Amino acid sequence: MRTAFIRSLIELARSDQRIFLLVGDLGYGVVEPFAQEFSERFVNVGVAEQNLTGIAAGLALSGKIVFTYSIANFPTLRCLEQIRNDVCYHNADVKIVAVGGGVAYGALGVTHHGTEDIAILRALPNMKVLCPADPVEAELATRAIAAAPGPAYLRLGKSGEPRIYRTLPVFEIGKAIEILPGKEVVVLATGSVVRNAIEACQNLAENGIEVGTYSVHTIKPLDQELIARLASQARMIVTVEEHSRLGGLGSAVAEIFTEVPNLRCQLKRIGLPDSFFQAAGSQEFLLSRYLSAAALEESIMESCSLGKGTSLGASAIGS
Amino acid sequence: MRIRSHVLRMTHRARSSHVGSCLSIADLLAVLYGRVLRLDPRRPDWSERDRFLLSKGHAAAALYAVLAERGFFPARWLETYCQDDSRLAGHITHHGVPGVEVSTGSLGHGLPIGCGMALAGKREGRPCRVFVLLSDGECDEGSTWEAGLFAPHHRLDNLVAIVDYNKIQSLGRVKEVLDLDPLGDKWRAFGWSVREIDGHDYEQIDDALLSVPFEAGRPSCIIAHTVKGKGVSFMENQLAWHYKSPSAEELGQALAELGTAE
Repeated sequence: MRTAFIRSLIELARSDQRIFLLVGDLGYGVVEPFAQEFSERFVNVGVAEQNLTGIAAGLALSGKIVFTYSIANFPTLRCLEQIRNDVCYHNADVKIVAVGGGVAYGALGVTHHGTEDIAILRALPNMKVLCPADPVEAELATRAIAAAPGPAYLRLGKSGEPRIYRTLPVFEIGKAIEILPGKEVVVLATGSVVRNAIEACQNLAENGIEVGTYSVHTIKPLDQELIARLASQARMIVTVEEHSRLGGLGSAVAEIFTEVPNLRCQLKRIGLPDSFFQAAGSQEFLLSRYLSAAALEESIMESCSLGKGTSLGASAIGS
Repeated sequence: MRIRSHVLRMTHRARSSHVGSCLSIADLLAVLYGRVLRLDPRRPDWSERDRFLLSKGHAAAALYAVLAERGFFPARWLETYCQDDSRLAGHITHHGVPGVEVSTGSLGHGLPIGCGMALAGKREGRPCRVFVLLSDGECDEGSTWEAGLFAPHHRLDNLVAIVDYNKIQSLGRVKEVLDLDPLGDKWRAFGWSVREIDGHDYEQIDDALLSVPFEAGRPSCIIAHTVKGKGVSFMENQLAWHYKSPSAEELGQALAELGTAE
């Protein structure tokens, strides 16, 4: 995803002189082509994320479109107040890009796990939050946030993610993309784990259980219209995210549930527990209990039978 | 004197804090807005303007007063300072207030933003200059020093940091809370071209602000030695006036001292 991001940004920067890229001394092997081609519009500010974000705001308030780039929590939580006051309050054209969303850098330890970022960033007024699922969405999301004025947060995986799309999907900020059809039970997934959700749902389909699947690449603004419509037709909606179950996609969907009258649909939120990982390990290892295709298949199957024949109101069920 | 009397009236009416912090920068603001900054009140968004950032956002009343005096908005707005449904919040706020570049209030935000604006000016070859007014307490913030490293490295000689060194911060004297001395040497060691002045002496303020950049290729830092509460005898150098607002009687006495009583 990070390769797709930088390639797209370079293409954008060729035709738009306003685009700047600022990094916090990270991005080895990724950002060099941009730095070489646009040396006047690339700044490595050093290991100083608060300054990084303040400078980005200052440039943006002078007419630039500024991308800040770093790993996991560094461009977000480390400088959260700069994002809130300098970027969001001034509605400045700053796009924050984090690589290693979720536990992409799992083995590097808890400091490098970005597992609360969606919750925190989506609480900020004026902020858009995008979590692409694959390199295709990463490219489209990069182009979309560059074109949309104001702050945005782009949460990327790292590299080597397989493509989900064979052809270019229609991509619009705030509009989820349907990947598999199905109305009774619907999975809303975001980020790199969309591919695990697809695999799980394809396996279920082979066993005769049809589960609709969407890539919710934009968590803020969320596709309210679609979700309200799905919730009024389905008996079960399952959210899937590589993020704490607190405050992310699942919570955002639950917020919509509270606003749709007379819902019979149930909601199950699948994500990471509200705790720190006790052991290091690869992304695959850390997700195996919660968000691997096999784990998802089991949870979704459980939800399918759970939802059947009941007429309960909206409720959040733990995973 | 007009800034000072506005500030006293505003903080009295709003029963708000930080009158001492406003009085210590009144002379600096008077010179900046009177003689130094290239601005056009009729076109607050003029792209070639100099940028002034009040990083010590708690001294908002003083900046609102000087902006009103310069004609960015009507002086009657000052009466709404900190009142219900007002645009003039107790920490400097850009939203709906012509002439305010950025909102601050949390310390340590101004200099990084100033670096970004100065960098934009450099990259575009625009002549605009960026002035950032900081408090001394704000020099406790790491982000101030992150920007302090950045500006000389990128040769931002269109950037000027002014430190209002009144030597009293929120809970006590700077020397007792977290000593900054030798403050000029610190900025110098970071690569800034530094001048120390009496922040209430118009000749010295004028001379310093009109001769920036002090050195080509380096950002300038002016350490303005000031007195918190300057101009009102019973407020001068008193921590309490970081918080207290003047009563009717105190307001009368203060205005009489300034010679602006009605």
